[in-house]
Amino acid sequence: MPDVQSMVAEFVNKLRKRKIEGSQATAKCTVELLRSVISHQRVPHANQAAALIDAVKAVGQQLVAANPVELAVGNVVRRVLHIIREEDLSLTTAAMAGLDLLDASDDDDIDNCKGIGYPAMSAAVVAAAARSTLRPPSLQTLLEGTPESATVPYTSSSGADSESKTADKSSLTRKLKHDVIEGVNQLIQEISGCHEQIAEQAIEHIHQNEVILTLGSSRTVLEFLCAAKEKKRSFRVFVAEGAPRYQGHLLAKELVARGLQTTVITDSAVFAMISRVNMVIIGAHAVMANGGVIGPVGVNMAALAAKKHAVPFVVLAGSHKLCPLYPHNPEVLLNELRSPSELLDFGEFSDCLDFGAGSGSLQVVNPTFDYVPPNLVSLFITDTGGHNPSYMYRLIADYYSADDLVM
Amino acid sequence: MGAQKKKDAARVPEGLSRQRLQAIVIADSFNTRFRPLTLERPKVLLPLVNIPMIDYTLAWLESAGIDEIFVFCCAHSLQLIDHLKKSQWCSLVRTIVSHKSTSVGDALRYIYEQQHTETSQIQGDFVLVSGDTVSNMPLAELIREHRERKKRDEKAIMTMVIKKQCSRLRLGSDQLFVAVDPVTKQLLYYNEGGEVCLDKSLVLDTSVLVCNDVKDCYIDICSPEVLSLFEDNFDYQHLRRHFVKGLLVDDIMGYKIFTHEVHSSCYAARIDNLRSYDTVSKDIIQRWTYPYVPDISFSGNHPLKLGRRGMYRASDAVQSRSADIGASTVIGYGTRIGNGGKIFNSVIGNGCSIGSNVVIQGSYIWNNVTIEDGCEIRNAVVCDGVKIRAGAVLQPGVVLSFNVVVGRDFVVPAYSKVSLLQQAIKDDSDEELEYAYSSRGTADLLSGVNNLQMESKASELGPDGAGYIWEVFDSSHDEEWWKHSIVPIPMEKLADITQVTDDGDIEDESVVPPRGELKSDNDSISTDANDPNDDDYGYFQREVRETFLRAVEEDNNVDHVTPLINSLRFSYNMASADCAGAIFYSMMRLAVDSPHNSTSELYRNATSIINKSKGLLGFYVKQIDEQIEVIMKFEEMCEETAELVPLFAQIVHFLYDKDVVQEDAILRWGEEKAGADESDKVYLNQCEAFIQWLKEASEEEEDEEDS
Repeated sequence: MPDVQSMVAEFVNKLRKRKIEGSQATAKCTVELLRSVISHQRVPHANQAAALIDAVKAVGQQLVAANPVELAVGNVVRRVLHIIREEDLSLTTAAMAGLDLLDASDDDDIDNCKGIGYPAMSAAVVAAAARSTLRPPSLQTLLEGTPESATVPYTSSSGADSESKTADKSSLTRKLKHDVIEGVNQLIQEISGCHEQIAEQAIEHIHQNEVILTLGSSRTVLEFLCAAKEKKRSFRVFVAEGAPRYQGHLLAKELVARGLQTTVITDSAVFAMISRVNMVIIGAHAVMANGGVIGPVGVNMAALAAKKHAVPFVVLAGSHKLCPLYPHNPEVLLNELRSPSELLDFGEFSDCLDFGAGSGSLQVVNPTFDYVPPNLVSLFITDTGGHNPSYMYRLIADYYSADDLVM
Repeated sequence: MGAQKKKDAARVPEGLSRQRLQAIVIADSFNTRFRPLTLERPKVLLPLVNIPMIDYTLAWLESAGIDEIFVFCCAHSLQLIDHLKKSQWCSLVRTIVSHKSTSVGDALRYIYEQQHTETSQIQGDFVLVSGDTVSNMPLAELIREHRERKKRDEKAIMTMVIKKQCSRLRLGSDQLFVAVDPVTKQLLYYNEGGEVCLDKSLVLDTSVLVCNDVKDCYIDICSPEVLSLFEDNFDYQHLRRHFVKGLLVDDIMGYKIFTHEVHSSCYAARIDNLRSYDTVSKDIIQRWTYPYVPDISFSGNHPLKLGRRGMYRASDAVQSRSADIGASTVIGYGTRIGNGGKIFNSVIGNGCSIGSNVVIQGSYIWNNVTIEDGCEIRNAVVCDGVKIRAGAVLQPGVVLSFNVVVGRDFVVPAYSKVSLLQQAIKDDSDEELEYAYSSRGTADLLSGVNNLQMESKASELGPDGAGYIWEVFDSSHDEEWWKHSIVPIPMEKLADITQVTDDGDIEDESVVPPRGELKSDNDSISTDANDPNDDDYGYFQREVRETFLRAVEEDNNVDHVTPLINSLRFSYNMASADCAGAIFYSMMRLAVDSPHNSTSELYRNATSIINKSKGLLGFYVKQIDEQIEVIMKFEEMCEETAELVPLFAQIVHFLYDKDVVQEDAILRWGEEKAGADESDKVYLNQCEAFIQWLKEASEEEEDEEDS
């Protein structure tokens, strides 16, 4: 336990000092940390889920406070909480079903395969009912009908039933923790695999001889473009350099190394070039619940230019970037002001910053992020596919529990 | 010792891959610039934008990858140790306490001595900084560079960090001159403040980079040899003034110092005086020190919220709607601000309460300060627990130390420092004072406060105030008080100094380009050699004069005085013409200073003095050049002393009569002056007749010889 605590402290420290950069890396670190928190958490006999939730929440609050700008941390914490709630729910329903099952046939598999056994059916109904009381049913559930959603919790709990017919509490506890860790592992895989998932769809969006504009540097965008290139699509890429950190230069370097035709332009040339562009693709820092995007500074300008010339503005975002908060929420810090030294040379300008109040002094503002309102975004591409901005809130409802929105 | 070494040797091979990085933080400034604040709290714990200074240093060192930090405490060590224990760095930091140290040199010697007794010790290269450094520069690269250089060259024991900077006024520091080898980066010359005296070989060597536009960050990477060097040279006190100069000038065992110029995107500054306190605070608010800024919790502090126009506000700060809070302002936790207040460019700490219609501008208000209605505070530092009663005014530059009370409607005069502690009677050993205070303990201090409150009727801060106004007695500070004060430098001073530096620049530019390689043409060398001499000459002249006066008083004869003056001449490296000038100057001064009612009396005085000491003067005026120098000197003196002007020709004539000055000299002087400006010709015109007469006389002589 102290071991976990020191890990948490270390990570909090890193977040505070802004030593981890990039939302994917942060998300991955966070989820791995939470996994060890869960695995080290002692669970009482009663109300195990609540204990786990409390533990995760406590750590999560520390993490979020350490760097409120990095929304991915909060997202991942909420995802883990959601997993715990889901697993808990499915276990309780299974337990209830198990009690009913005591007299029924031992062979769960047959029941399951047939899907028409009365007790199994009842479990599914209970589960569905319980779910629907907890949160609005996901669109997927509605579309695919009850049988599917019923079988999912049932299969996951089938092992538990065969093992502990008496619904032994302690084994149930172990079970819950085990299942939660399984779920968290899946989340880890999802986060680390989100680039490939998104890149797979590239071929549907990028066509022959198109001109793509991007701004700043994003690993997702890089993979996306390269995936299209691998499928023998030939197209050109304009990279706006992304002042003042000039990460676009790095992206251009990578793209050229992978054999793409690349042109670097200044940020201020975006409007001039936009008429030649077929599509703007950018990577997001976070996607808000209303479909607004937080991205590298300058993105809003590119989005406005794209709107003006009716060029599709496509945002790539892994599911860990979906944030259940709204941008007008006071809890959400939308921006971070970094050191002005990225803009100016301190040595040369130190004279202008001098002598205080009397003469006018120079102020430098260096924001990191930009906010793009949802009406400027044409399409979101996440690891689950392409979505309209107005659909984002549904997607978010699938991933998060309403209880966790305020941590 | 031997065993120790073996252990070290055994440790080296395994530590090669990843050597522990250590740092020594000197948490005491060993000077008195922050008096009277430092009487009650160590300087490194003074809040800088609401966070103790040392936290900036430690946070930076920690994130730069330092594994172990030794904090050397001296004054108020208990407070400091207490703070460090509570901080998040307690596992990283080890404290070393010594109350006897009065300088950095003492501190390092103490650390060196402790090495053999304690388990914690300096194992390899270490970073040496003071506890008031604010920086965000990465150190890893620098340390790697130092180690590689050390591997190649055993003698490279120190790497000094320098940074390009235009204006030295920013931090109120002295002018810095360095000479660096541009290829190896070896430091060849270092001078801070005072006159620059470059070695001729340095100037002649065209490859050397001489610059005056850099700033010393006081961040050094040192090898363990540095500690033992301090041990060996027990008179080294100041790190720069003694140690660096010692290595550069005395060439101890061939050790070398190298420099590293940090990229200008990094921030590094040291808080040395109130001026730099102000500047660095503003830089922090402007986020140059990112990520060490108030809205990021880098030291376990509660982060503030950053709003529009660079306003940092605590989430629970209460502010009246009618209060006007300007840009670049910081407001701490639990602070309340009343109606109609105006706050600009200021930092306000935690738990302050500020009444209505208060004006605060460019000031630093620390924690738990009470400011009542209608006060006006401009460019002041107000410490913890101060109470400022209604209607009081703090004029620019005021420093109020802890728990001072300013009375109702009292006006605290500009640049005054106020403390509850009485200023010590003038004491030469300033350094020891601080420790005397700190060792007296808080009990004494508190009783002092109580006494004070009882006799508060007689307070210097109005009827209901409490505190003593300190006099600024330190004359060396007095000259440049404006340079170290928190107030922006006054316009007229600024004009003065820029003019001076501009003039200097013009002079410099012909000699030493601010940055660039030196041209070694003859002109530059001669001017450069003269430059430092100018000031030396002043000293020399003064000493000669004193010697001369003594001689006159004691009626010494020539034989006694000449050796004295000769020795002065050699110690100042002067030509005999300089001596002649100086002696003549002393003589005429004496004449002018001795009582006289009319010019004729003055003339009589002068002639009698010349008569008396012409032997002495004659000793140095054997050559024509020296005689010309005497006349020129006299001219100079006339410029200064109007009384002498009408006597010029007479005295020159007298000198001629007494064979001090020969006619050739006078004629040559006349020729030289003939081409000068009209204004310069005043004296020549006076002597016109005399010169004419001389010419004629010499022609006659020649004629006689011819015939």
